[in-house]
Formats: sequence, C-alpha cells, structure tokens
Amino acid sequence: MKIAVCIKRVPDMESRFKIAASGTAIDETGLKYDISDFDAYAVEVALQINEKAGAGETTVICLGPDAVQETIRKALSMGAEKGVQLRADAVPADSLAIARALAAELKDGGYELILFGKHALDTMTGGAGTMAAELLGLPCLTAASRLEVTGARATARRELEGAAELLEFPLPAVVTIDEGIARPRYPSLKGIMAAKKKPLDVKPAQLGSVRVSVEKMELPAERPPGRIVGTGPDAVPELVRLLQTEAKVL
Amino acid sequence: MPNILVVAETRGGELRKVALEAVTAARALADAAGGGEVHALAFGPPGLAGKLGPLAAHGADRVIACEHAAYARADGESMSATIALRAAGFPLVLFSATAQARDLAPRVCVKLDAPLLSDCLTVALSGQSVVATHSTYTAKLVATLKAGPMPVVVSVRPSAVTPAEKARPLSAETIAPAADPAASRVKVTDVVTSGGGKIDLGEAPVIVSGGRGLKEKANFKLVEELAGAFGNAAVGATRAVTDDGWRPHEDQIGQTGRLVSPDLYVAVGISGAIQHLAGMRTSRTIVAINKDPEAPIFKVADYGIVGDALEVVPALTAAVREAKKGH
Ligand SMILES: Cc1cc2nc3c(=O)[nH]c(=O)nc-3n(C[C@H](O)[C@H](O)[C@H](O)COP(=O)(O)OP(=O)(O)OC[C@H]3O[C@@H](n4cnc5c(N)ncnc54)[C@H](O)[C@@H]3O)c2cc1C
Ligand SMILES: Nc1ncnc2c1ncn2[C@@H]1O[C@H](COP(=O)(O)O)[C@@H](O)[C@H]1O
Repeated sequence: MKIAVCIKRVPDMESRFKIAASGTAIDETGLKYDISDFDAYAVEVALQINEKAGAGETTVICLGPDAVQETIRKALSMGAEKGVQLRADAVPADSLAIARALAAELKDGGYELILFGKHALDTMTGGAGTMAAELLGLPCLTAASRLEVTGARATARRELEGAAELLEFPLPAVVTIDEGIARPRYPSLKGIMAAKKKPLDVKPAQLGSVRVSVEKMELPAERPPGRIVGTGPDAVPELVRLLQTEAKVL
Repeated sequence: MPNILVVAETRGGELRKVALEAVTAARALADAAGGGEVHALAFGPPGLAGKLGPLAAHGADRVIACEHAAYARADGESMSATIALRAAGFPLVLFSATAQARDLAPRVCVKLDAPLLSDCLTVALSGQSVVATHSTYTAKLVATLKAGPMPVVVSVRPSAVTPAEKARPLSAETIAPAADPAASRVKVTDVVTSGGGKIDLGEAPVIVSGGRGLKEKANFKLVEELAGAFGNAAVGATRAVTDDGWRPHEDQIGQTGRLVSPDLYVAVGISGAIQHLAGMRTSRTIVAINKDPEAPIFKVADYGIVGDALEVVPALTAAVREAKKGH
C-alpha cells in the first residue's frame, strides 16, 4: 500500500529547556532532536502494515529547515522507502499553515493511507492531521489507538473519555495516531546504511499566510515548595487536616 | 462586540460539565470586550432541546439544539458542517479541549479558514486577535500565542475555567444537521465502555492515580477504594501500569496520555517521571505517597507522605470516609 507519514522534528523532551534571548522561543544550543513520539508510532504502523502485506511503499514527509533531513533519514533507516523535505526556514506555530503545505504535497501522491501524529510534542496543538484530511476531502479518523487495513477499508479504535469507539471507514483516508498502537523500532545498522541511499526529495514548502505567532515562551510558574507531612499511616490525620483547612479540597 | 459561538459538548444526550465551562469562558470574554452575544450549539438525540437551560443560566444569549437520532454518538463530518454553518460571521468559535473537540475543531478551522489555538489555559481578546496561554513541550513550557485576524477557533482546557452562573433569558432554537450523519464515511461499529458510570478523568475534581509502586494489579483496588471514599474521584495510572495491562490505556496520564488539572491529584506509588508530570502538574493540589523520600514526585507535591502505599492508602481511605461523613 502507498502510505505517507507526516513527521515532525522536535527536541528531546528530556532536555532542560532554556528560553532564547528573544523570549519567544527555546534556546536550541546543545539540544538533541528526534521524530516526535506520535509520529514515530505512525511510521511504525505504516511499516507494519506494508510488512504484513508483503508489499507497499512508505513515504515520510517533514516540513522544516535542512536540519530535518536528519529526522527523515532516521525514518528511512527504520524502513521507510522515500523521504520528502518541504523546505521552510522555520516551522510556524500555525497548524493550519502546516496542514496546507502538507496537503499540497499529499494531494497528487496517490496515497491510500496518510498518517499523522495525534499532536506534535512541541506545539501540542493536535490540528494538522485532521486539517489536512479536511483540505484533501478525505475521511479522517482522529487519535487511533488501533488500526487495521483490509483491502480498501480500514477499522480503527479511538479512545474517548471513559469509553472507546470502534470505527470503520473507506480508504484513502487520513488517520492520526495515538499512543498504545505500536512501539517504534530502533533502526538496525543495516537500516542505517541503506537509508543513506534512499531518495530524499527537497521541495519548497507552500506555507501561505501564517496567522499564529508565539508572543512569549516561559517556564511554568514554579509550584511553591511542598512539604513532607510525615511518614507512614501515622501521617494520615495531619494530611487530611491540611486537605480540609489549607487546601480546602476535602 | 465579538459574538462567540460555543460548541457545548454532550454525552449520551446530556450536557457535560465542560459545556458549562465553555459557556462561562465565552460569557467572560464577550463581557470583557464590552458585550457580544454568546450562542451555544449542542448536538444530541431528539429531546436534547429541553435540557439546554443550564447553558442560558451560564450566560448563553441563544441556545441551539441540533437534534438527530444518530447523535447519541458524535459524528465529525456532519457536526463540523453544522458548526461551520452556524459560525459564519462569528469572530470566535470556542470548544472544550476534549477528545471530541480534537476531531471537530480542526475541521471547523478549515471550513472557516480560521487558525486554531488549542487546549488553552487562558484566553483573551486583543484587538482583532486572540491571545491565549497554552502548555507546550510536554508541559515543560508555557507559550503565549496570538492568532488573528479573527475568525479564530479556540479550545479551552477542561477544568481551566470554573462554571459560573450568569443567567440570560432562555432563547432556544432546534435545528437539523446541515449534513446527513448517515452520509458520513467514518462509521462507529461499536462502543466499548470501561466500567459503567465511571467519572471521566477530564471532569473529575479529584483524581487518584496509581503507579508501579502498587506492586501488582490486584492492589489497584486500594486506589479504587480511595477514589470511592472521595466520591467524586476518577482513577488514573502511569504508563508503567497501562503497559503492564494493570489498567486500560485510556486511564494513562502524562505526555502520551491524558492531560488533567483536577482540584486534587493523589499520586500513589508514582515516581514522578517528567512524562507523567507533563499530564498532571497543573493540578491545583498534589498529594504524593511514595516510600522513597527522594522520588521526584515530591518536588511537585504540595503534601507528601513517605511510606508504603499498601499501608498508607487504606488509612487514608478510612480517614477520607470519616471526613466526608462529617459533611
Ligand atoms: C516517550 C515516552 C513517553 C512516556 N509517556 C508517559 C505517560 O504519558 N505517562 C506516564 O505515566 N509515563 C510515561 N512514560 C514513562 C515514564 O518515563 C515512567 O517510566 C513512568 O511514568 C513510571 O511509572 P511509575 O511511576 O508507575 O513507575 P516507577 O518509575 O517504577 O516508580 C514506582 C515508584 O513507586 C515507589 N514505590 C515502590 N514501592 C512502593 C510502595 N510499596 N509504596 C509506595 N511507593 C512505592 C518507588 O519509590 C517509585 O518511586 C513515557 C516514557 C517515554 C520514554
Ligand atoms: N513540520 C512538520 N512536518 C511534517 N509533519 C508535521 C509538521 N508539523 C506537524 N506535523 C504533523 O502534524 C501532526 C500534528 O501536529 P500539531 O497540529 O502541530 O500538533 C504531527 O504529529 C505530525 O504528524
């Protein structure tokens, strides 16, 4: 099956972030970058579908500056066949602008299945995939925690709050990927060598108008230092007293 | 004078608490800007219209019930078509940041050609733009975002706003969907509910969460009993626990699970890995029970007890039951 996966390059979230002098972005010095979690799951899902079918082709698409080529190579080393960079100097905070640029690339690609992450770990917007589906006029399944493809139809599971839905839809379609679906594989040495020779197209990103800007980036307000109330069950009465009188939550 | 369309979420034909939060947020925005109209649109099976009084009581100038037998469940394609139609001319469309909005809001953005500000902690109007704060980088940073010119679509983090009454005379309307739900391409074939009547994590004022420190699946009943003692609590879990199948995946809180901000979050046997903190650090009060005094969870906890969860939790359950009796 011809599958496209849209992946974003994001910093390692274990990093200790510092705010850049501009006050509107993170300081990128010394950060390590990787594929955004949910997008890596999506790559894994695509690879597994095609492995099971014994045929197919997975294309990964990433919008951003040339540094994203490293991210695309990582997906290629996992096993994707082709990479596309939509070159932009910077990645905007506007999911609709990103979705437009991705949809323009996806439109005539002949993909039967298009995968996104549920949200990108840096922006945490959760818009681009569903927006791209809408722009392309395709059915969309948002936040799938399970996905199975049989011929021209697919079934999926989506976790709602307090329930889960099982759904069925025709292909081509867009699916955004939630947690719990697949653990991304580590690239093998062979995969890493093979990735170097795989095609990576570079095209300009058609971002159009960008209407979301970051005005300020801050560390969250520190929680006031907490306190250890005590040790073992003996501390319970004091805790309950504090919850009643101080926190007023009981 | 910005008019605001609120999408008021329902479940099983009943308004959710988040719907009242969303209307409260919209009313406050409109009033702060000198007064615009707030219209609240809800979807549900026939009979819904009679249940929308609380939307007017919380500040909606007009309440619109879009009724269809199929709307016992959400349907993204037909609902987004109706929302976009009703939103024409509205500078602001406001959702609650729920699983349902994650599906609906981006579709509405495309139909209205409007940018999205999602899962906002605070929202304000500034001239022709909307300014919002939003937790980013797995909750390690807070971004202030500006979107505009309007129209803009925003979704507000559940529990970030406390519902407040500001009654308007009830002006109600019942409409049919703008697109036939039967024509939607994505079909729900089954709904799996885990434990009927359970309070949803996104709405519960109290969450009791368990981690690997509970040692085995069976001990989760201690957590459930504590939640039961509070009476208004939901049960959450860490990924270590959902991975091991002790709890269903939808109970997972954190970077790759649910993002929650209850009034009280009780972390039992949870180390406090950053990926877990990402989902709960905005909780109003945090209590941690952990046998390791060095566990990182104590850094974010307001109150901590160092001790064995298997001993502390039953004592706490009994004490909470007792305290609740006094009310
Ligand atoms: C990409 C990625 C995404 C992730 N996403 C999430 C996520 O969304 N949510 C999430 O939760 N995790 C997530 N994780 C996993 C996270 O890193 C931690 O591994 C996980 O949160 C640890 O769960 P835990 O606290 O239950 O277990 P542990 O880290 O094993 O902690 C157990 C704690 O219990 C204490 N303990 C032991 N015995 C007792 C006892 N008898 N009484 C009291 N305390 C006791 C220990 O001192 C310890 O602090 C993610 C990880 C990665 C890499
Ligand atoms: N710069 C990008 N390049 C490729 N895909 C992206 C990019 N940004 C976002 N996406 C995709 O859109 C999803 C949702 O992103 P967001 O709307 O920012 O949360 C991500 O999980 C990716 O699949």
